[in-house]
Amino acid sequence: MRKLKEFFIEKLILICGLASIFFVVLIFLFLTKEGLSVFKSVTPGNFLFGKSWYPISEPAHLGILPLIFGSLLVTLGAAIISIPIGVACAVYIAEIAPLKIKEILKAGIELLAAIPSVVLGFIGMVTLVPWVKSTFHLPTGLTALSGSIILAFMAMPTIVSIAEDALYSVPKSYKEGAFALGATHWQTIYRVLLPAASSGIVAAVMLGIGRVIGETMAVMMITGNAAVIPQSILVPVRTLTATIAAEMGEAVVGSEHYFALFAIGIVLFIMSFIINVTADLFLHKRNR
Amino acid sequence: MRNPQRSQKIAFFFLFLATLLIVIPVGLIVVIIIQKGLPAINWQFLSDIPRQGMRTGGIFPAIIGTLYLVMGAIIFALPIGLLAAIYLSEYAKDNIINRIIRLAIVNLSGVPSVVYGLFGLALFVVFLKFGASILSGSLTLGIMILPIIITTSREALESVPQSFREVSLSLGASKWQTIRHIVLPNAIPGVLTGTILGLGRAAGETAPILFTVAAFYLPQLPKSIFDQAMALPYHLYVISTQVPNVDEKVRYGTALVLLSLVLFMNLVAIIIRYNFRKKKKW
Repeated sequence: MRKLKEFFIEKLILICGLASIFFVVLIFLFLTKEGLSVFKSVTPGNFLFGKSWYPISEPAHLGILPLIFGSLLVTLGAAIISIPIGVACAVYIAEIAPLKIKEILKAGIELLAAIPSVVLGFIGMVTLVPWVKSTFHLPTGLTALSGSIILAFMAMPTIVSIAEDALYSVPKSYKEGAFALGATHWQTIYRVLLPAASSGIVAAVMLGIGRVIGETMAVMMITGNAAVIPQSILVPVRTLTATIAAEMGEAVVGSEHYFALFAIGIVLFIMSFIINVTADLFLHKRNR
Repeated sequence: MRNPQRSQKIAFFFLFLATLLIVIPVGLIVVIIIQKGLPAINWQFLSDIPRQGMRTGGIFPAIIGTLYLVMGAIIFALPIGLLAAIYLSEYAKDNIINRIIRLAIVNLSGVPSVVYGLFGLALFVVFLKFGASILSGSLTLGIMILPIIITTSREALESVPQSFREVSLSLGASKWQTIRHIVLPNAIPGVLTGTILGLGRAAGETAPILFTVAAFYLPQLPKSIFDQAMALPYHLYVISTQVPNVDEKVRYGTALVLLSLVLFMNLVAIIIRYNFRKKKKW
């Protein structure tokens, strides 16, 4: 009787163990089930590289190139801001900060990671957007730049914590060796520790960028949502994620528009898949 | 310029500056929300329904909706996540299946939240015909927080020393008895930490509930899990972008309630983890 009970429990554990694979497959299946139908009305080439997104005009224009550019521009801006600051902060926490300050800083970073994106979006709307508008004398402060700045703050916790882990896991002997040869602390950091932790830092940066590309609410609230190919960072843009979030409410289930939004979901899913798998490879390279 | 001591000083100054660039805005965000939100908080704001097109009144239905959603998500995700963590830490061998599971978890945690929303819409709302309901929203959020629960629970289980298991097995306990009575009790604080972090994440997310549950305005409370509900993060989005002329106080007040809820959960998780580390017997 006990054997039978344990047999069932262990089978249940096995099933739950496989659940995450099941869910990933399920997500992909349902995205493709709905999303691939869009290619009955538009070719994959025209979908990915079409220059206009007018989903509800007659006939509908379903080209997501402006949205891809919007996502890339906002992400690039966020990366330029968050990578140097994030990595520098990780170095400071891992190497320079005294123990007490280190604990406080780590708690602060965790705090930042915990703030819901809609709250950051709200704060961006009431503080950052008016500032961008008046500083650059723009007709509106809802621009790619505003989005980039807020998103940089969403990427930083990821970058800092993973890069700090990577720096921390460099063997102590490397550092001692460098000190013994007469290197200063800073020389040790940038000639020995940073190169030794490089693959972990690359992974940190990639995961941070992955977070930025997938971010939805904050970006929808502060980038202005204009689905045109942006000419500069000071104009409104619309990202892939914001398009789904903003338009799905109005799209009729089973319509061309509905399918197109799912197809955008497939694009996002594949992007995040590639980023996460590559980042994981970099992380494991470090462990070996 | 070639003076290494001086370049070290300059470099460290810039590293410190970068750290301030992160810490000061975070502090400012929290201070601004507390300062401007606190005047809005009173009993009426927390216990009344929104009135006059959400411009005055309270946010009670949104608070209740979020609590329902978070509870639903955890009821779904905790058992599956914990058992999955037990599988990974106690049963899985280092083979190809195990590696695929790890990859799947990494992926689940990286899928953009709005894609979870699409998935929930396609599977729960349309395919399984649950409609836009608390059930659909909870399940969607549950799948989203699954990787957090699995990863933290697994770490907690793996940190229980191997010798504990060996002693139990050598006394004639079966593998499941060992897990149930020896490994799990010692891993509880870690599992709890992960669960609470998952709760915090579920409470703050907006994109997954946009098309699966969230109601724009719903003055009465949900009666069953097949009803739509309001939710705090979506409510904040609505009153800050969709409804014109909302009193600033109401917006900041809503932001403060949401932020407090999420930060409170994180704080509890941090305290549990801290106490556990201090008390650890091994």
